[in-house]
Amino acid sequence: MNRCAVVGIGQTRHAQKRTDVSIAGLCREAALRALEDAELTFRDIDAVVLGKAPDMFEGIMMPELYLADALGAVGKPMIRVHTAGSVGGSTALVAAHLVQAGVRKRVLAVAFEKQSESDAMWALSPKLPFQPPLMAGAGGYFAPIIRAYMKRSGAPDEVGMLVAVKDRLNALKNPYAHLQMPDITLDTVRASPMLWDPIRYLETCPSSDGACAVVLTDEDGGRRAARKPAWLWGAAMRSEPTMFSGRNLVDPRAGRDCAADLYAQAGITNPRQEIDVAELYVPFSWFEPMWLENLGFAEQNQGWRLTADGVTALDGDLPINPSGGVMSSNPIGASGLLRFAEAALQVRGLAGAHQVDGAKVAMGHAYGGGSQYFAMWIVGSEPR
Amino acid sequence: MSARREVAIVSYAQTSFAPHTKLNDAELVMEAVTAALERAQLPRKQIGFCVSGSSDYLTGMPFSFVGALDAVGAWPPIQESHVEMDGAWALYEAWVRLLHGDIDTALVYAFGRSSLGDLQDVLVAQLDPYYLAPLGVDPNSLAALQARALLDTGRASERDFAEVATRCKRTAGGAPLDAPYVVSPLRAHDCPPVNDGAAAIVLAAGDRARALCKRPAWIRGIDHRIEAHSLGARDLTRSSSTTLAAVEAGVHTAPIEIAELHAPYSHQELIVKEALQLGDGVRINPSGGALAANPLMVAGLARIGEAAQQILDDNARRTLGHATSGPCLQQNLVCVMEASS
Amino acid sequence: MSDGGADDKIEIVKGFIAPVRLRYTVNAGRASSRFLRGLTEGRILGQRCPVCHKVNVPPRGACPTCGVPTEEDVQLGEVGTVTTFCIININFDAKARELPYAAASIVLDGADTTLFHLIQEVPVAKVRMGMRVRAVWAAERGPSLESIDHFKPAGEPDAPYDSYKDHL
Repeated sequence: MNRCAVVGIGQTRHAQKRTDVSIAGLCREAALRALEDAELTFRDIDAVVLGKAPDMFEGIMMPELYLADALGAVGKPMIRVHTAGSVGGSTALVAAHLVQAGVRKRVLAVAFEKQSESDAMWALSPKLPFQPPLMAGAGGYFAPIIRAYMKRSGAPDEVGMLVAVKDRLNALKNPYAHLQMPDITLDTVRASPMLWDPIRYLETCPSSDGACAVVLTDEDGGRRAARKPAWLWGAAMRSEPTMFSGRNLVDPRAGRDCAADLYAQAGITNPRQEIDVAELYVPFSWFEPMWLENLGFAEQNQGWRLTADGVTALDGDLPINPSGGVMSSNPIGASGLLRFAEAALQVRGLAGAHQVDGAKVAMGHAYGGGSQYFAMWIVGSEPR
Repeated sequence: MSARREVAIVSYAQTSFAPHTKLNDAELVMEAVTAALERAQLPRKQIGFCVSGSSDYLTGMPFSFVGALDAVGAWPPIQESHVEMDGAWALYEAWVRLLHGDIDTALVYAFGRSSLGDLQDVLVAQLDPYYLAPLGVDPNSLAALQARALLDTGRASERDFAEVATRCKRTAGGAPLDAPYVVSPLRAHDCPPVNDGAAAIVLAAGDRARALCKRPAWIRGIDHRIEAHSLGARDLTRSSSTTLAAVEAGVHTAPIEIAELHAPYSHQELIVKEALQLGDGVRINPSGGALAANPLMVAGLARIGEAAQQILDDNARRTLGHATSGPCLQQNLVCVMEASS
Repeated sequence: MSDGGADDKIEIVKGFIAPVRLRYTVNAGRASSRFLRGLTEGRILGQRCPVCHKVNVPPRGACPTCGVPTEEDVQLGEVGTVTTFCIININFDAKARELPYAAASIVLDGADTTLFHLIQEVPVAKVRMGMRVRAVWAAERGPSLESIDHFKPAGEPDAPYDSYKDHL
């Protein structure tokens, strides 16, 4: 397998409504920034991979067709990925596969969501025949899982609030982040409305318009990169069915297996010690401790202690989501790619005010569906 | 570039492509996948990588591919991906993944039920959302624009369209030129039927392919390209992306015996054939092609499957499968297969 | 990103409405149709996998872990255990419910997967994991899970955590 490097990263300013740009304009904003970072142009790109969550979010069927021109793909191969909420991560992996296989030298991966162009809540919860409309959005699906985690682990109620505050304070250091809440405290989170008990309003992610783009190259491209590249150490994806007997939604095996595959590729035996920083897909605050366990950073039922002890804070021993994470910006289709891109920014030393000092190994993580689709990568400051 | 790993299609299966199925997506996929795996004698749990193609807009439901995963038996968890495209592009992704060398087999499937909505309305959603979709231009009208442009060049006639239709649809008495236009210059025989269905292909690399199959269809080249979306920005009578993909896939390095072209409209077969520079000796669409059955998201993968089957069945040594996506042949994929590795 | 110059004099168009209306027919497929017909008749049907023998409800014609077709219908009891739940304080839907309400994952006796449904006839604060609940049929039944109006407390002692911990 060929080596792969991340040489360019771009993202948009994320906001609830980006009415100042079209969908193509939003994607170009990210893509041009990634190319500028790489000191490349569209002309240098061999293939484009586009990812986004359901087409119904914008009301465009297979939008890659319309976006081919705007993303400089004319005359080139263009692939459209969709693996539910993990799609941003899968987009990076499909792009990396092209480089690792030696099929393409320079690939542009772009992921976006512009929910303000349509009615995403409608798209997520259409009036289905046969089923009573009970869940009232994704929170209704994930709240019972969080309740199960709280019961199983005995974690105090405050843990979810700690994550909610930490990620929003991190977002203040990220100029692209959607939510900017300088005054957030545990008390404001506690006082926010209980939407899907046990999930409070401020313990949920926002809904954002935004895009992210990444330029991936082969080893030669990485060696000649304009700025310090991030090197791909491992890339893995796993899926499991939505519903089956004995399914563990709190600690899904697909996530565990995916991480095990990833660590084997990256030569990591103790992720807690060997990974410097991780960007995890945390759309509801309680998923931070749940994923810490699922990914092997903590023993079962102990993940919340890392959060409670400040280990996952920006100045902690294992910072989680220094960018502010999904809790602060959630352009759904792009959210996974943002995690991957932020991990790469960290090992390139280019994360600005939310840079983790001396970060050399970083993890990007995305999940989707009913906690059943997983995509992950590990990047390092040096090739492996 | 270093020598690439050899990858072959070792089995192909499809459901019937009926106008209206009684099955749901998972049940359709189950039928196709089970048949393809049985033909390859490959147990489900030995599949190295799985990737599918489908579109939510056909069923009118977000995440429609998630339910179809039930047919695969994704437990223990599997390495799996999905493209919101025709399954032919899923096959491309699987081919790329097999080149990595760490896994030896892949399952590709595609499914689509075009019968649930009205395609003439649904496919409008595929157009530029600001300038084209609000006009409500339906796919038949877009194809008619292209057909008219081709007639105006003098490179083809309505009789040529009818000949393609007669061969593909095997209609008794041929396709009558006195039939009324659906959208001038296209008649009913020039337009694709509406079909539901699923198809599955098993891929394997190197010795694993030889072990699974007596006569694998080795992928000698595969490439795909996209063109500008705006119809005004391209020559609709040529398929430059097909030509480019054909060169990259090595179509012209040796004669092609059988070609399965994904041309939903009769005039598009003429355009694609010309873009591929296929001579008159090449058998085109013995399966009937997309004019005989056009399950959206499946029909392109089915072309590759049919072309591979000709090699698996020892009817040909070198075949070509082609897939298209988007209005007026915007995006095209070409796959060249051979009997000898 | 501004290009400057004459462009700056243009008032940017920030949106227009392009209504889309698409009509779809529904085709539930074989297995779901059997399940939905069962609900019309007041029966909850699951399907047993011929390989792992687990009973899936709602059935989808395939065993999701074994990847084999499922054919054998199994009639399930109307009583089950709440494995986990949430309390919803927000209405997303045109058909407003009285807030708050509890929605729960319920593993029915004889089933190996959970159904998601409404819990009523009990204050939301009393809903708990392990609670035993019984289906209450709607006055009018049709091919829909709405044929079950809600679940109510079954009046049985709670199930121990170990009995449902694999259905979270």
